[in-house]
Amino acid sequence: MQMRIWLALVLAGLPLAAQSMTLEIGLLSREADESLPLTSLEPRIDDNAIAGAEQGIRDNNTTGRFTGQSFSLTPVVLTTGEAPSDAFRAMYAEGTRLFLLNLPAADLLELADLPEAADSLLFNVGAADDSLRVDACRENLLHSAPSRAMRADALAQYLAWKRWTRWFLVVGRDPADRAYAEALGRAAKRFGGKIVERKEWTFDAGARRTDSGHFSEQQAVNAFTQVDDYDILLVADEADRFGEYLSYRSYRPRPVGGTQGLVATAWSGVFEQWGATQFQRRFNAETGRWMTPLDYAAWLAVRSIGESATRTDSADPQTLRRHMLSPEFKLAAFKGVPVTYRDWNGQLRQPLLIVSRRILVSVSPQEGFLHQFSPLDTLGYDRPEVRCGQ
Amino acid sequence: MPYRSRTAWVRILLLCIGLLATASAGAYTVYVSSEKDNVISVIDGDSLKMLDQVKVGQRPRGIALSKDNKVLYICTSDEDHIEVLDLATRKVTHTLPSGPDPELLALGPEGRYLYVANEDDNMVTVVDVENRSKVVEIQVGVEPEGMGVSADGQWLVNTSETTNMAHFIDLKTNEVVANVLVDQRPRVAQFTPDSRQVWVSSEIGGSVSVIDVASKTIIKKIRFEIPGIRAESIQPVGIQISDDGRRAFVALGPAARVAVIDTTTLEVEKLLLVGQRVWNMAFSPDRTRLFTTNGVSNDMSVIDLKKLRVRKTVPVGRLPWGVVVAP
Repeated sequence: MQMRIWLALVLAGLPLAAQSMTLEIGLLSREADESLPLTSLEPRIDDNAIAGAEQGIRDNNTTGRFTGQSFSLTPVVLTTGEAPSDAFRAMYAEGTRLFLLNLPAADLLELADLPEAADSLLFNVGAADDSLRVDACRENLLHSAPSRAMRADALAQYLAWKRWTRWFLVVGRDPADRAYAEALGRAAKRFGGKIVERKEWTFDAGARRTDSGHFSEQQAVNAFTQVDDYDILLVADEADRFGEYLSYRSYRPRPVGGTQGLVATAWSGVFEQWGATQFQRRFNAETGRWMTPLDYAAWLAVRSIGESATRTDSADPQTLRRHMLSPEFKLAAFKGVPVTYRDWNGQLRQPLLIVSRRILVSVSPQEGFLHQFSPLDTLGYDRPEVRCGQ
Repeated sequence: MPYRSRTAWVRILLLCIGLLATASAGAYTVYVSSEKDNVISVIDGDSLKMLDQVKVGQRPRGIALSKDNKVLYICTSDEDHIEVLDLATRKVTHTLPSGPDPELLALGPEGRYLYVANEDDNMVTVVDVENRSKVVEIQVGVEPEGMGVSADGQWLVNTSETTNMAHFIDLKTNEVVANVLVDQRPRVAQFTPDSRQVWVSSEIGGSVSVIDVASKTIIKKIRFEIPGIRAESIQPVGIQISDDGRRAFVALGPAARVAVIDTTTLEVEKLLLVGQRVWNMAFSPDRTRLFTTNGVSNDMSVIDLKKLRVRKTVPVGRLPWGVVVAP
């Protein structure tokens, strides 16, 4: 016979606030891209970031039940043409002071500079721009998503461990592609990689659905990659237009990595170490899909708020921010070590996963890369390298 | 030196063998669950020789010895049940219901009720080992793991990995009556033999919270400093407390060390270097030794408790998880 016995409420003797406190968290995103996904194997995701944030809210509320704190999420999706500042001001007027932002860097800076943002706390969950971490920092803007430099460094460390030091870099035409290529160039210098060849991909996207489309692709990639020998082809194609077409078609039998192939990422549905299995299952049971890196960044931001709110017993954005940037803050994030925020630019430091499509390959930072304070700071921009004045 | 005849030497030799035989009459057996090999390794406590590796269900983790020392209760996590291993025949005789994905279990002091943490659905399942049935399911925080039962039979403490809490369950009513916030990712809850304190390890928080049971408040958070070891690698998991309550032992995970703590001062007395990712420990029946499971180096260390020194480390199955010692 099974009975479920529900919890007795918090009784006297519990040394935490008995008063009820509500923390409202806003999440601003732009409308998702309408373009078709590369493969039918990957369903279109309409609630990217939102589902991750909601998971964080659920997790926060399980503790909040006992501590008298309740968390809620208000997701707002902007249509094209809608200004983020209007939506931000509207939420601020309703009392929201804690914001997750899944927006491009320019929007982030515009919002962070609004007078309303001065007493709010903002989290960048989607933009990977290194400039936000190096010279365009804002005190009220923390980053739970990894930067391009962190991802490039994570991959470069693994390649150094493998001694795959000769890199053939193939770069797309988007500014984002060039930015990632730049991050790879910096990572090469830091970790002993050598870009032996660099080419720009100037062809159109592949002809996957047309009959015998493979024939022209086979030819095109073969010819394009006929260069002097290298160890790995690193592709910079952030919009996922052509990078997937390069594997198994290069002139030389060499692996592909970068934005496709062997990828460095904050999260993947393949990941099951350090207790992640339960976490993945819980999310999957709620949403019917697997957590994306964007979901995970949103979850990290919401959990950061929850963790700080529990430990400081406060909903005040300044109190929470101070706690998050202090040595006291630690978040258990299924990465084997606590994750914390860098006080010089508000970037969350975390191990990054090196994954293929179906399994985990490695985790960076790799053994042997030393650092005076934390090996996690071998990924991305370190204190002496930023000009943020914090 | 006096000359000894050959027969004299033979007599001395036989005497020594006789003494050894008497010594091994007090012998005991160590059982270790191997998460990856799906076996229970059986190791002779004296010689440290591997006697057997018993095949059990998928992913055995938490194990507990029955009160009469005759069977081993095993959480075979991927099978969603508990297996009962007869230690004389070394065969699994039957299973017990446990709820999904049982990781860790604790046996009540009377020996009849097993308390099992179900990570996937946030429950503690209470199982009657005689009737072989579920008695009740108690809802707790997210991802319950640690289970500690007080020797006086009054309290069950369950730790919740994501809510970062230790939930106190009154065993008279099977209800959660108090919740204490500890540091991040609590794993193990262990009562002192006098039932007056419960010690809770926080793996990611890097501390052990010593909680006073009467007031449900934290007396002290013990932290660890190891020269040359980064703070993030110090991840306390298993806790064992000596019978006289004077010493506590804490396994520090990737720091590869066991901390020895004086329970009166709550200060770390000594650090003992064992194998990689040390998680759980068990005393020998005569309390002269402590056995530790070193998950990543796939071995087990033996600590001499009189000298407080690591005597030896022996290989066991892959990813050793739980350890118990049966007389």
